[in-house]
Amino acid sequence: MGIFASPLLQEAVGEAAVQGAGAPFEPFLPGLVVLLPLLGALVNGVAALVAARRSAEVVRGGGEWTLPDHRRPLTHRIPTWVGPGVVGVAFAIVLVNFFRMLPVELHEPVVVEYWTWMSTGTFEVAAALQLDQLSMLMMLVVTGVSFLIHVFSVGYMAADVGYPRYFAYLNLFVFFMLVLVTGASFPVLFVGWEGVGLCSYLLIGFWFSDPEKADAGKKAFIVNRIGDFGFLVAMFLLFNAFGTLNFTDVLGAAPEVLTYGGGLVTAVTLFMLLGATGKSAQIPLYTWLPDAMAGPTPVSALIHAATMVTAGVYLVARTSVLFALSPIGSLAVAGIGVLTALFAATIALTQYDIKKVLAYSTVSQLGYMFLGVGVGAYAAGVFHLMTHAFFKALLFLGSGAVIHAMHEALHHTHKDWDPQDMRNMGGLKRFLPVTWITMWIATLAISGIWPFAGFFSKDEIIWSAGVAARGPYAAFYSIFWVLSLAAAILTAFYMTRLMVMTFHGGNRTGEEEARHLHEVPLTMTVPLAALAVLSAFGGWINVPERVHESFLGLFGGLPMSEWLHHWLEPVTAAADEIRIEHLGPVAEAAPFGGGEVLWAVASTVAALVVVLIAVAVVRRRAIVPAVEAPEPSAGIHRLLYRKWYVDELYDAVIVRPVLGLSRFCWRVIDAGIIDGLVNAAGNLARAVGWFGSLFQTGALNTYAFVLTLGVLVILGSLVF
Amino acid sequence: MIVNEALTLSAILFVLGTFGVIVRRNAIIMFLCVEIQLNAVNLAFVAFSRTMGIDGQIFVFFVMTVAAAEAAVGLAIIISVFRHYETVNVNHFNLLKW
Repeated sequence: MGIFASPLLQEAVGEAAVQGAGAPFEPFLPGLVVLLPLLGALVNGVAALVAARRSAEVVRGGGEWTLPDHRRPLTHRIPTWVGPGVVGVAFAIVLVNFFRMLPVELHEPVVVEYWTWMSTGTFEVAAALQLDQLSMLMMLVVTGVSFLIHVFSVGYMAADVGYPRYFAYLNLFVFFMLVLVTGASFPVLFVGWEGVGLCSYLLIGFWFSDPEKADAGKKAFIVNRIGDFGFLVAMFLLFNAFGTLNFTDVLGAAPEVLTYGGGLVTAVTLFMLLGATGKSAQIPLYTWLPDAMAGPTPVSALIHAATMVTAGVYLVARTSVLFALSPIGSLAVAGIGVLTALFAATIALTQYDIKKVLAYSTVSQLGYMFLGVGVGAYAAGVFHLMTHAFFKALLFLGSGAVIHAMHEALHHTHKDWDPQDMRNMGGLKRFLPVTWITMWIATLAISGIWPFAGFFSKDEIIWSAGVAARGPYAAFYSIFWVLSLAAAILTAFYMTRLMVMTFHGGNRTGEEEARHLHEVPLTMTVPLAALAVLSAFGGWINVPERVHESFLGLFGGLPMSEWLHHWLEPVTAAADEIRIEHLGPVAEAAPFGGGEVLWAVASTVAALVVVLIAVAVVRRRAIVPAVEAPEPSAGIHRLLYRKWYVDELYDAVIVRPVLGLSRFCWRVIDAGIIDGLVNAAGNLARAVGWFGSLFQTGALNTYAFVLTLGVLVILGSLVF
Repeated sequence: MIVNEALTLSAILFVLGTFGVIVRRNAIIMFLCVEIQLNAVNLAFVAFSRTMGIDGQIFVFFVMTVAAAEAAVGLAIIISVFRHYETVNVNHFNLLKW
């Protein structure tokens, strides 16, 4: 690792030490954190290529390539250790860095520069990592959750022939995600931004022989392109105004260069929001995420729940200064967030595919995060990002365990039922006790029930939205606040519905199948348990002070109060200052009266009541297996089951016209005009040639005659 | 002047040779006509050399040498064509086109 010992690095570290005046923070091999997953991807990629060549040989010989039961080939044993190993080591290094940063009063981000990436004219971008409280937290979440999911994948993907390829993609994803969260400038962040999109595409279409899954991958990629366009335009605008794209330079100079509420900053934030809606699956670009469930379930947990889709929230939090300068931009972020939260929650109410419910739930929860960062509660948004990473990853991994068990049971009896349809499940708690308990913890967490993680994070966002309703645009923020409460209630309902349909009531898989239902192996239950602990207690790091002092915080008995808030303060301070300067001090009351504690109690009681109602309602409902179930016919139910017909609407309004235009360009412009011109040139040459060939009779006398004529003509022209 | 008569004869010979090449179909006759053309030119060279120096006569030797070589090659081709087609009528071998 020559690069880590380079004088460049030591210089950068030295500079950093000066920046963080007082007790210095010395980064510990930050480059290695990013590089390790890339190395893992390379090693696993080589294993994947070797395995692919071998399987191709077998298939060409007329056989079918399957994994031997007794001893798996080397290409499948290497990824088992390399895949989770590199991420685990990276996590350990991040932990070291975290504990080094913890006691340090770090007000400026530490920028570690490696080399100049590009330098044209006055524009210079360095391949540099930025270490501050926000990127440190993101690195912790990304590497920590990734490690658990990698371990889970070892069990989940064990029987898949594409095992090494899977880990190659997964490691590559972690690499790009780390580049995204640690990049010190917009272009470096954009590299990670695009890279995770690529890995998402590769992993959604992991089983690419199924055209439906390959299409889902394409959909994700194309929809994200629309968002990337917005991100790029925002970058160009920023470069035009600042002449640089480094975070520290742009964000530091923003309050002087940009006028508060001005046109430029509003345009930048709105375009950036477009980029964020693409990556974070918000209205109007959310449609790719539910389809992304075509990928393996641990991928859904890692990429489409815990990490990649939170990139938009991270982006808003990272550029919080810009959003604080643009009240309209912030309003748009909050509005889109809360609308998405409610909209996706309504769809989740009626879905039967267990992963589809979770997908819409993810979209909905991401909406909450957007609401949080939109109302200026950047720490709260990031807090929900973190707790959501825990409990949503747990829910997805749990559903993965359920699908794994269902798949094996159905496979045993060759029943071609859908292993993901909750109507085919029921009563699984007897067979999958660990999954059952851990998933209930996550369900209580996401429903916002005290004292689980989701309660504190979601409650803080809703409270912040209520507080924002006391400032400008009060009418909007009041509506947002009400909608966010409604979405919270829907969340409790659809999650309980999922749990009851899956784990409670009578078993609907069939008797023979039920005998083959087993709890998943240890590599899968251990990550579940670890995430369950985090889902249960992860919220305690940021208990609001008033709640902390009340009985909800055991009268100050919880170990920490507003720790995350203080931790992120150096990152959000500039944005907070701007907001206070222009909006006045933060009000401390909800729009309809009542204090923080009162609303916290109200929301947890409401959630609990909804959970109990949902249990009662869903248990009483007669559920039949999917094959016997009729299509929902009633108006609103059918509308929700069909997802508000948004896919159909996009298909009619956007996809078809674009396809029509493309076909026009292809058939008329390309095949007709452009190809026509080229062909005409060819035809002309052929016609001239054909005419000339008429003189080639092959008769010697003719040639002699023509030759004589020619000589006469030339001589004649010389004489006369 | 003798030169004028010689040149007139040369022109008549050349036109006869050209006409022969154009109208006759027998390869050997066409070949002979080419020879007539060459010798018409030779006659013109010799005639001119009377007034313009020795160069014309030297050129005639060159033409005769080349003509001899060309005759050897040309006759050889005609013989091999005859072996193939059993005719020397050029209308029968017109494949070399397009």
